[in-house]
Amino acid sequence: MAVSSGGGHWEELMLLRPAFAAINQVFATTNAELAKRDHIDAFEFLPDANRDEPWRAVRCFAAAFRLVWKVRPNMLITTGALPGLFCLIAARLLGARTVWIDSIANSDQPSLSGRIARLFAHEWFTQWEHLATRRRRYEGAVL
Amino acid sequence: MILLTVGTQLPFDRLVSIVDALAPELPEPVLAQVGHGTFRPKNMEWRPYVDPVEFEQFIEECSLLISHAGIGTLVMAQKHRKPMILFPRRAVLKEHRNDHQLATVRALNGRRGVRIAYDEEDLTRLIALPHSAPQPHDVLPDRDRLCGALSELIHSEQRRFSRA
Repeated sequence: MAVSSGGGHWEELMLLRPAFAAINQVFATTNAELAKRDHIDAFEFLPDANRDEPWRAVRCFAAAFRLVWKVRPNMLITTGALPGLFCLIAARLLGARTVWIDSIANSDQPSLSGRIARLFAHEWFTQWEHLATRRRRYEGAVL
Repeated sequence: MILLTVGTQLPFDRLVSIVDALAPELPEPVLAQVGHGTFRPKNMEWRPYVDPVEFEQFIEECSLLISHAGIGTLVMAQKHRKPMILFPRRAVLKEHRNDHQLATVRALNGRRGVRIAYDEEDLTRLIALPHSAPQPHDVLPDRDRLCGALSELIHSEQRRFSRA
């Protein structure tokens, strides 16, 4: 299962799409029109949220849990942001392998969602070599 | 046509008003996607939101892209090889939650086809200069490497499941 917010997070996820080509995949994002543009049939909608709007975040967290419960992925990959983090936490608690890819936008430091994801993700990637540490893998970037 | 976009998440009235003021002097009309700000442009066609399919058509048609420093627009501009001027949002002006757009433009500075404006003066100067398109990205070893690392993770997971 591959999850991201709309906008840049989704564009990054689409650039990584070749990596998932060989497997049975489900995509989830906050903008259904993006999934349509990219001709994705196995698509699930997620409500959007950010940390400035706590109530929407609570709703998004609940929706993320329901969605991951329904899909029951073996593996969850996300490029962020907050809705992706919620799905990652849910997937981890339900026993999936979890992968966080921090957005290429975060070239000074990992995002807040990314830093929280560090606590839950099995694998954690930065897209900037200078941010790599023992626990933050650098394996290239989408751009 | 010159395309202005501020993305779908947050308004960016500072950039929209600067471009609106410049629009009458520009050689081409401006089409603006302005988000849900309060500033109403007077000198250019504008919309709060453009759906992704139509937005990609606009990118294809435009000769120059003026944008907040969002990754979504950057990816689209590179895909269609359009010259762009990026104008980062500033946290201190409450234009975003933090200054990651400043970090983005610092990291991108110097790439062909990408120019950075920090204020009205920069933007006025850069718009008047000739524009060069980004390099074609048929081969991107860094992207292939990241895709490869993800494929490897997926395969090792598949092997784990097939053994179970």
